[in-house]
Amino acid sequence: MEKMSINRSAYRIKEAKILSVRRLTDSEKLFDIALQNGESLDYEPGQFAEVSIFGVGEAPISICSSPTKRGSFELCVRAVGDGRFTNAMHKLEAGDDVGIRGPFGVGFPVQLFEGNDLMLVAGGLGIAPLRSLINYVIDNRRDFGKVNILLGCKTPLNMLFGDEIESWQKRIDINFSCTVDRGAPDWKGNVGLITSLIPGVDLDPENTFAVVVGPPVMYKFVIKELTGKNIPDHRILVSLERHMKCGLGKCGHCQIHNIYCCQDGPVFFYDRIKDLKGAI
Amino acid sequence: MQNAILRKSHLNDFISKLAAMEKVMAPVAKGPKHFAFEEVKSAKEISLRYIPTILPPKKYFMPQHETLLEYDTREGQKMRAVAEVEKIVLFGVHTCDLAGIQCLNIVFSDRPKDLNYLIRKNKIAIIGIECNEYCDEHASCALMGNHIPKGGYDLFFTDLGDYFFIHVNTQLGEELLDKTGVYEKATIEHMNALEDLRNKKKEIFKNEVDVDKNTIPELFKKGFDSPIWDELGERCISCGNCTNVCPTCYCFDVYDDPDLGAKTGKRIRSLRKDRKRHRFNRKFRYPVERYGKFFCTGCGRCTRVCMAKINLKDTIKSLAKEYK
Repeated sequence: MEKMSINRSAYRIKEAKILSVRRLTDSEKLFDIALQNGESLDYEPGQFAEVSIFGVGEAPISICSSPTKRGSFELCVRAVGDGRFTNAMHKLEAGDDVGIRGPFGVGFPVQLFEGNDLMLVAGGLGIAPLRSLINYVIDNRRDFGKVNILLGCKTPLNMLFGDEIESWQKRIDINFSCTVDRGAPDWKGNVGLITSLIPGVDLDPENTFAVVVGPPVMYKFVIKELTGKNIPDHRILVSLERHMKCGLGKCGHCQIHNIYCCQDGPVFFYDRIKDLKGAI
Repeated sequence: MQNAILRKSHLNDFISKLAAMEKVMAPVAKGPKHFAFEEVKSAKEISLRYIPTILPPKKYFMPQHETLLEYDTREGQKMRAVAEVEKIVLFGVHTCDLAGIQCLNIVFSDRPKDLNYLIRKNKIAIIGIECNEYCDEHASCALMGNHIPKGGYDLFFTDLGDYFFIHVNTQLGEELLDKTGVYEKATIEHMNALEDLRNKKKEIFKNEVDVDKNTIPELFKKGFDSPIWDELGERCISCGNCTNVCPTCYCFDVYDDPDLGAKTGKRIRSLRKDRKRHRFNRKFRYPVERYGKFFCTGCGRCTRVCMAKINLKDTIKSLAKEYK
């Protein structure tokens, strides 16, 4: 067996360096990363990258910065209990090396969104991929109509990107609301499920695209509320989380029936996946 | 390109000469009803009448394990993306397995392309061989239309008594034939003999399940929640035999294999197993929707190796019975 180098291999990684690490909560850290060798990551909001730590392996992480941010990109990583990769990632510091493959997949159809109102709904860690879109929309604000953002999380302590949320709240060109499932003594905002925020939003269903990103249980209830507001299934977008491995639509890990999340998604129009059992 | 014939008395010469120039892999008997593709030096080692080998020739195109990347983090982050390749000639590939290779070709050349596979594939010459009759009762090649050749080879041999008819399909095939120099040109009588055999085969090879192939994807769609899958699910012990031996199962894992000291190592791809209903749908429905092609070749291997005696033909028959 002969071994030959293939520079155009889909498995070749791009060398990258961590510029900074910021702890967001007990379990999430935000990594600012730059590709080396003069390369830049050409991505769309909602796409993901395969992040490599040699000796540990690779994991798919959604890119949480907007492509309008130049020079580097951000990844928000939650360290999960026995997750070898995410725990290894949390041990990394500014100056450490990582590898990047991608970006992969289909992101949010921002061109299609232009001229439309937006209803962006995120629950829990779903704010990570959605933040990419939110910041993209803010940086191109005049291309879009009314922008509503609804955010939900378990407790105020689980709130990610608190400083940014504060700045979104202050903006006059965004209607922002957030809620927590359980409050805290110093919490002055809403308490309750994210679905409770939807009836209060005034929207024009024929001119609105809704985007929902969150844990599996959230989709069903949020989409029901959106449907109640007469938003048709083909104007609702979701981002699905699966364990993408190869990123090339081949290995089969992220396959749901006949679709591959890594190439056909992770962002899908709801009408495409609503009848696929187990999709959400 | 002129077709050729090879006298059976010259087969040994043909293989020996080929093996002197190239690494030749061919079906070899390993025990009762067990055959495997292995390197051969002479025709004596080859079993020309064989039931599908334990592992399909997939093992040369998609090895069980392969290195994708080598890395070294002792100083900075050095790495090399690699492909493992070997120049070989596959001799005696059945039409079902040719179809299997064609399926894999489609998957790995679909964008984004998998160069590891594609580079390796281009180093492999393929010589097919026709089945004049059924290998055994588990085959469903006539259902899938794979009992007759549909390309996917450089040369194709058909046993016509005391000689083989050779269909020369590619320039590479012609070059291989020329290098051995032991063939004769095919004449009109040889062509007629081939046509006679193909006509005779129409009487032998008949749709094994009596279900129209074109209705199968819909059948699997309708039968997605069928109790048949619960029943199979209970019997399946998830041993992974069926996916291992399947010529078109290509699901894989990617993981790191660090050397001692953990600073250097390899990133490996290895094949993995799948669940029953999903696996069946990935043969008879999903690839038809995605690539316009069935990914079952009818080779019968999954049925032969199943420890729970799950039978592919019976599964299709029961679905058809339930949803016709």
